[in-house]
Amino acid sequence: MGASGIIGSLVDQNSGAATSERVAFLFALVLVPALLQIGSPVDIVTIQPPLPLICAGICVGIGTRIANGCTSGHGVCDISRFSVRGIVATVIYIVAGVLIVFALRLIVGEL
Amino acid sequence: MRILLALLSGGLFGAGLHISGMTDTGKVQEFLDLFGAWNATLAFVMGGAIVPMAIAWRMIPGRSPLAGGTFAVPQEHRLDNKLILGSLLFGIGWGLIGLCPGPAIASLSYGGWTGAVFFITMLVGMLIAPFMVRRVDEMYTRP
Repeated sequence: MGASGIIGSLVDQNSGAATSERVAFLFALVLVPALLQIGSPVDIVTIQPPLPLICAGICVGIGTRIANGCTSGHGVCDISRFSVRGIVATVIYIVAGVLIVFALRLIVGEL
Repeated sequence: MRILLALLSGGLFGAGLHISGMTDTGKVQEFLDLFGAWNATLAFVMGGAIVPMAIAWRMIPGRSPLAGGTFAVPQEHRLDNKLILGSLLFGIGWGLIGLCPGPAIASLSYGGWTGAVFFITMLVGMLIAPFMVRRVDEMYTRP
């Protein structure tokens, strides 16, 4: 239902009849920020060292598929219908994120 | 019609992520920096998204989508290890770089290699996740 589900079911080839809708959604999700970027460039994705970048990408990919949701799925779609699963997932990933950022600050100082 | 609505939804989602700063990895990490210089603004993005979605959930019962089909309402209610472990892993990756799946896809538009590498490794993770789940299931069901 969220971003990870929309792209994840394409990866798993589980999207069935909704494949073209999913592709269209993802296409516009890339296109519109690209157009906005021309009009009003914002401070965007900071350049990161490759090793944490790769680890983080794999963690996010595996994690959102195993938990079956990410910020938009569990965080927005699930919390808004008072789903206990969504609330538990969101609390866990925010706490994990806070702890990692805390650890990063201890190790590398300023982010 | 369905394709058009999907384009519109994806575009709106992308514009929202861009304007609100969810694609700004520094800002995301500041939001998670609860014990440092905490920047709470992204909480309002999430809160702001939850409100219209809550109204939409209220309107769904007894209606069907304009574009046909049915509304997808998740039926899973169990709090299992997969949910907990998966969310933990996701949170670790999110905190490490500041990208979650939606903004990671949107970040492809900026042309930088950081977003592209993250996106590709995220897809790799999504590809291997089902195999990991199967492996763990096998370990527990083995007599």
